[in-house]
Amino acid sequence: MQDPSAERPFTAMDFSSSSVNRGLTAQDKIDFYRSMVRIRRFEHLALGQYQKNRIGGFLHLYIGQESVAVGTVSLMGDHDHVITAYRDHGHALAVGMSMEECMAELFGKATGCSKGKGGSMHFFAPDKNFWGGHGIVGGQTPLGLGLGYGLKYKGLPGCALCFLGDGAINQGAFHEALNLASLFEIPVVYIIENNGYSMGTSQMRSSAYRDCLAQRAEAYDMAWDLINGEDLYEVRAKTHIAMERARKEHRPSLLEIQTYRYYGHSVADANANKYRTPEEIERYKTYHDPIRLWERRLIEEGVMTAEDARAHEKEATGETAAAIKFAENSPAPTVEEILQDVYCEVDEDSEAGNTGRHFFND
Amino acid sequence: MRELLYRHALCEALDEELARDENVVIMGEEVAQYNGAYKVTEGLWDKWGNKRVVDTPISEAGFIGMGVGASMLGVRPVMELMFWSFHSVAFDQLVNNAGCMRYMAGGLINVPIVVRGPANGGTNVGATHSHCPEGLFAAFPGLKVCAPATPADAKGLMKAAIRDNDPVFVMENTKLYGTLGPVPDPAEGEHLVPLGRADIKREGSDITLIAHGRSVLHALEAAGTLARDHSISAEVVDLRSIRPLDQDAIIDSVVKTNRAVLVDESKPFNGVSSQIAALIQEHAFDHLDAPVKRVCSIDAPSIYSPHIEDEQLPNARRVVEQVLTMA
Repeated sequence: MQDPSAERPFTAMDFSSSSVNRGLTAQDKIDFYRSMVRIRRFEHLALGQYQKNRIGGFLHLYIGQESVAVGTVSLMGDHDHVITAYRDHGHALAVGMSMEECMAELFGKATGCSKGKGGSMHFFAPDKNFWGGHGIVGGQTPLGLGLGYGLKYKGLPGCALCFLGDGAINQGAFHEALNLASLFEIPVVYIIENNGYSMGTSQMRSSAYRDCLAQRAEAYDMAWDLINGEDLYEVRAKTHIAMERARKEHRPSLLEIQTYRYYGHSVADANANKYRTPEEIERYKTYHDPIRLWERRLIEEGVMTAEDARAHEKEATGETAAAIKFAENSPAPTVEEILQDVYCEVDEDSEAGNTGRHFFND
Repeated sequence: MRELLYRHALCEALDEELARDENVVIMGEEVAQYNGAYKVTEGLWDKWGNKRVVDTPISEAGFIGMGVGASMLGVRPVMELMFWSFHSVAFDQLVNNAGCMRYMAGGLINVPIVVRGPANGGTNVGATHSHCPEGLFAAFPGLKVCAPATPADAKGLMKAAIRDNDPVFVMENTKLYGTLGPVPDPAEGEHLVPLGRADIKREGSDITLIAHGRSVLHALEAAGTLARDHSISAEVVDLRSIRPLDQDAIIDSVVKTNRAVLVDESKPFNGVSSQIAALIQEHAFDHLDAPVKRVCSIDAPSIYSPHIEDEQLPNARRVVEQVLTMA
């Protein structure tokens, strides 16, 4: 197997002066740094809680991929929407969900963003245009299409960002969605977060392709692009072009952002260090880490010092610790609450919700 | 009262709801320019145009998932499956995305979609096109399922389904599309049939026949035969809605007649009638003079042969025979 890090096409271009990046203030850039650091600290400390058995089920960590969620979400306006798969904590925090509601959800508490009913893979915040958090690989790709359809139907000037992993590109639903997106001219941007592995199977062993995965868009007469995910400027510059294409021309795009995850597919991935070498992981951490690279960049630009960076890390650690405390101290959902949030009409106590039997427990 | 074909009653419901709510969109394969594979949507594209009546490619997972996603932003898609049998290629979208999303979001989302189409055997199209998945989908909390037997119920339930704020799966029947029946005139006001309310299609005192969809017609025919030839007074309860379910109507009738035969085109294992039988034994056990019996489709994949397919399905003769074993 070839080492994906060795193949990575290093970008020669400097995207810091592209139109969408030119106007960034020093504070904007620092905020991106803070946002990425918050995600990483949240994930690291969530891992610790998982290892203490305070979190159930799966935990798919986003560590290593932070620049993707932060860079793309930073481009969202009021009418732009986002939906992703099960590795969703980064996007959730990037859209502005609080660490408290996210950590409480991991803890299965009633104060969680989904009242403890969704768990790690199913975070939602419709008020922040964040529509999940979806557990079935590729299952969210038609939903993202539908968000774009809804925007166009209602004449709203936005687009949908629909994230998926490199493993999801081989699901049938995704290809149906791509065809429909192009055919119906839907304002959706599909973003493959290519971390090189679909669970334990490398890209080379799971996908048939010529040059890159996004190239498959050509089969659907759709625009595509390849993005170096370790450069936040590049993520923003190229994603912005696709979002504008969606918003202004109602044309979809397929983007492939090359990135890397330091941990396993999930924390339960016992083979996380077997299908790739420890040296590969170390190489990414040393040379390609998006947070370290952004930190270096901001120091070079003179907008932040190393001391500032450490202070932001410390602040994120404190915020996460407080979120853990909040989650610990929150109540679990009650058995009675199991039957809530199943049917809208029942929850709203409407006439329809009171007609006939909806539940069959005895 | 004026009479309409079942398919025209459905079409009238769709037309009225398109007029009432600008967010209602009809989607599916061949629903627009072709006028519907079974002509349920005939004339709607001519009247409402491309925005409201949308032909989709043959991509059930894709367009149903698209409808679910659009519904989260307030669009109210009414999506046709040319056959409900095609649910299998869209199962993840129907169950996980339409059925579970509200729950996993802690109630922050609702999915006001309708998925509709025929779900029946009896047309010699073999096992792949003859599934009856109403019991299958009713088994998923978060989903609602109904199966109208008459043109009036088809119209009324369709309108209620479109207005419902939860996902509703309407199971129609190709063998019923051409049946005629009275449907109230729109000039006399809205005709709505609420989900969760059964209808006594024939009153009786000796035995209760419980059915939904086309099986209601078999039950009614059997009740006529039983009255005429055997002096048995059979009551026919049309469930109309599977989930929510009118349990009171079922139990009240069984308490009155003390016997029940469930007529259900599902296969017997975990069909709709399995759940009805469980409810009857639990809530009317002391009123039963005989075990609850069922007339389901014979328990094999649906046979093609036109010579015997009707014998695999419930029919009036099989219902009569079953009742006579209990008299």
